[in-house]
Amino acid sequence: MNKSPRYNNANMFWSTGVPPATEKAGETPALHWKPREGDRSMVSANARSARELIPPKNGSVPGGYQISTVDLYKSYRKGAVEVPVLCGLTLGVRQGEFLAVVGQSGSGKSTLLHLLGTLDAPDRGQIHYDGRRIDKLPAAARDHLRNRQFGMIFQFYHLLPELTTLENVLAPLMISHGVLSYLRHRGEHRARAEALLATVGLGHRLKHRPRELSGGEMQRAAIARALIAQPDLLLADEPTGNLDQHTGQEIIKILRTLNRQQNLTIVMVTHDRAIADQADRMVRLANGRIEARDER
Amino acid sequence: MYKLLLCWRYLRTRYIALASIVSVMLGVAVMIIVNSVMQGFTSEMQNRIHGIISDVVFEAKSLDGFPNAEWHEERIRQVVGDQIAGMTPIVSVPAMLYYQWRNTTMACQVQLVGIDEKTQSQVSDFSRYLQHAANRQAASFKLRDGGYDVRDHQAGPEAPERVQMQDAGWPHRRKMAELNAWQARMDAARRPAASSPAPPAVARSPLSQKSSAPAGKLGAGGSAPAPQVDPFAGHPVAAGSKAGSDFDPAKEQYTGVVLGIAMVSCRSSDGQEWFRALPGDDVTLATATVAQPPKLTSDKFTIVDLYESKMSEYDANFVFMPIGKLQELRCMYNPTTGVRNVNAIAIKVKPGVNIDEVRDKLQKAFDPDGYFYSVSTWRDKQGPLLAAVRMETAILNILLFLIIAVAGFGILAIFYMIVVEKTRDIGILKSLGASRSGVMGIFLSYGLSLGLVGSGVGLAAGLLFVRYINQIAKLLGWITGRPVFDPKIYYFYKIPAVVVPTTVAWIVAGALCIAVAASILPARRAAKLHPVEALRYE
Ligand SMILES: Nc1ncnc2c1ncn2[C@@H]1O[C@H](COP(=O)(O)OP(=O)(O)O)[C@@H](O)[C@H]1O
Ligand SMILES: [Mg+2]
Repeated sequence: MNKSPRYNNANMFWSTGVPPATEKAGETPALHWKPREGDRSMVSANARSARELIPPKNGSVPGGYQISTVDLYKSYRKGAVEVPVLCGLTLGVRQGEFLAVVGQSGSGKSTLLHLLGTLDAPDRGQIHYDGRRIDKLPAAARDHLRNRQFGMIFQFYHLLPELTTLENVLAPLMISHGVLSYLRHRGEHRARAEALLATVGLGHRLKHRPRELSGGEMQRAAIARALIAQPDLLLADEPTGNLDQHTGQEIIKILRTLNRQQNLTIVMVTHDRAIADQADRMVRLANGRIEARDER
Repeated sequence: MYKLLLCWRYLRTRYIALASIVSVMLGVAVMIIVNSVMQGFTSEMQNRIHGIISDVVFEAKSLDGFPNAEWHEERIRQVVGDQIAGMTPIVSVPAMLYYQWRNTTMACQVQLVGIDEKTQSQVSDFSRYLQHAANRQAASFKLRDGGYDVRDHQAGPEAPERVQMQDAGWPHRRKMAELNAWQARMDAARRPAASSPAPPAVARSPLSQKSSAPAGKLGAGGSAPAPQVDPFAGHPVAAGSKAGSDFDPAKEQYTGVVLGIAMVSCRSSDGQEWFRALPGDDVTLATATVAQPPKLTSDKFTIVDLYESKMSEYDANFVFMPIGKLQELRCMYNPTTGVRNVNAIAIKVKPGVNIDEVRDKLQKAFDPDGYFYSVSTWRDKQGPLLAAVRMETAILNILLFLIIAVAGFGILAIFYMIVVEKTRDIGILKSLGASRSGVMGIFLSYGLSLGLVGSGVGLAAGLLFVRYINQIAKLLGWITGRPVFDPKIYYFYKIPAVVVPTTVAWIVAGALCIAVAASILPARRAAKLHPVEALRYE
């Protein structure tokens, strides 16, 4: 019920703003699906209660960053030996920025992304998001952040094999809604997921299982899933790592368009310079910290 | 929502998990079947015991009984009169029964019960178990002129016919009298007089005193040839033989007795019943008098009906006769004062009356210390038997529930495998914001739905089995060539089965609990998985 303003709004938006699913190949799909300014404030009551767990903004955002880390340390313990992965990593990403983090395999890129996405906790240091510290949040608040604020894309797509493409895209909404409220809004949810899949070029693969899709298609589905909850930040872990060059380029094009048209903040890690070059900014991760501030 | 969807998909795609609940299913089905059959037997037995014993029995501790039943009844009425529906005096004593069968004397130990046939039916189901429709209406110790049930009236149409019962009653008695007379004449003709010590026909005839025969005549009927099987039935024999001078067995009867059916019958494996004695045959009963020192006393009686309660303990033991006759036989009757002794008074209470309360009141009023009288309910009387059945049921239930518990470990193992297999998916769900409890919920509801499927199918299978239990028993008997439910052993034609809904509900609930309990450990493991570890898992 309390979701309805937001969804009505979104619905109206969909009814007017969705581009026709039949788009000519090669054309960049118009991804203007993001709710306009102000929509974000209309969150549901239970979402708000989970949000209250997140500490309020204290003053201004540090350095004006949307997400930033200060002096992050993370090491893995292998028996008695401690393997340091991140040693004093400091990084800031502004709202609407498309940042590429490059580094060799094993340099700790995935570790960094997991820390940003609150899937793991740093040994030392701080992570701020929207001016709030998020590295020491209680589990419920972190779940909420991942569900509503962050979208994540992985190298191995990580779709659920038992669900169809459409259901995979709907999964974040199923997680955030109880059975009754999900069923009540099922029609809207479905329409949105279908439209989203159409915009990433998967409108014809709704009922397919992940194993019946190609790598590129799976990654598109993963992108649609990451976007369904209308996140503020997209975390992409080598999204093209498993794809051929051409398909990889298409995926990057989609991300690029998202960033341009919706002002979506994207942090993408990759070991591929050619891919990283298409970002706004590129930093290099080596020896557990950011080595080069901006390579361009 | 995702919990239900994933749980449903796992259910649909992982048939190995369904294999793990087959044992849950079997356990539930078997428990339902066993409980229903046990309950069927128990309630059948309880009904019969209750019907035979009546509600409350007021009895003397001594076999000699207590005098003046009327005074006691009056007193009982004073104490608990408003709760009583009926009373009847009873004399009960161990005795020996003798009867002729194919040239041999059969003897068996019985419990001789003297009853007042007028009031007996007020307190117990005695008359309901008799074989003549008119006796079931109003029990009588007069031999009936045929019309005894040829088919067991308590069984359905599937019961085989008791062909011998066709001419039970006076026709049978006349036929036997003719046969005996013919046999006597043959013997007399074959052997010249005085050559043998005691020709049977001669030995039989002096038995014709109608009451209080002196002791010591037991062996008298010993050698009388009396083939009672029907091959001779068709033979034309000279009618109207007069063996005794003052007693004509073809026209007169001795005092009537009702024999428990199991004493004189046996069943072949096809369920056909054969009788060694029929209503119309004569028997000899011997017992002890109440005098000190006790003397043996015996007399001849005529079977007037057979008693079939289908409780083998009773059907093989009880012989009923008129109470007055038994009192005279045992010298419980004082001819000068007219006071008669009885052993017990059976009491029927009004519906809804607490019989334990009646028992306690009577015991307190008559004999609080229990020196001379004991008052007991039908439940007390058969307490050990009922307790044994309850015990058996309980042990069976525990054993069978262990089957379901073992099934629980199967579920546990398979769930662990599934959690390991789904490690990556659990990481994905957590990266999408699923909470610990949500992930745990997937596997708990998976366990619950497996339990639901298992116990649901088990429930249906169990109920169907119970519904068609007799057909299944017949089929099994046909396949194995040996009857599963042998009518030679049991006096029921059908397996009695009663489904108690609360029992079934408990069984299903127990199975569900086990299924959920078995999924708790794997579900906790899934919930505890670190998302990063899970995502890196390949
Ligand atoms: N669970 C773990 N236990 C021990 N070492 C780990 C674990 N996870 C990652 N590492 C190590 O941390 C380093 C960084 O890993 P990762 O962040 O995946 O690198 P990248 O994504 O840049 O290839 C690697 O050397 C890896 O071996
Ligand atoms: Mg990596």
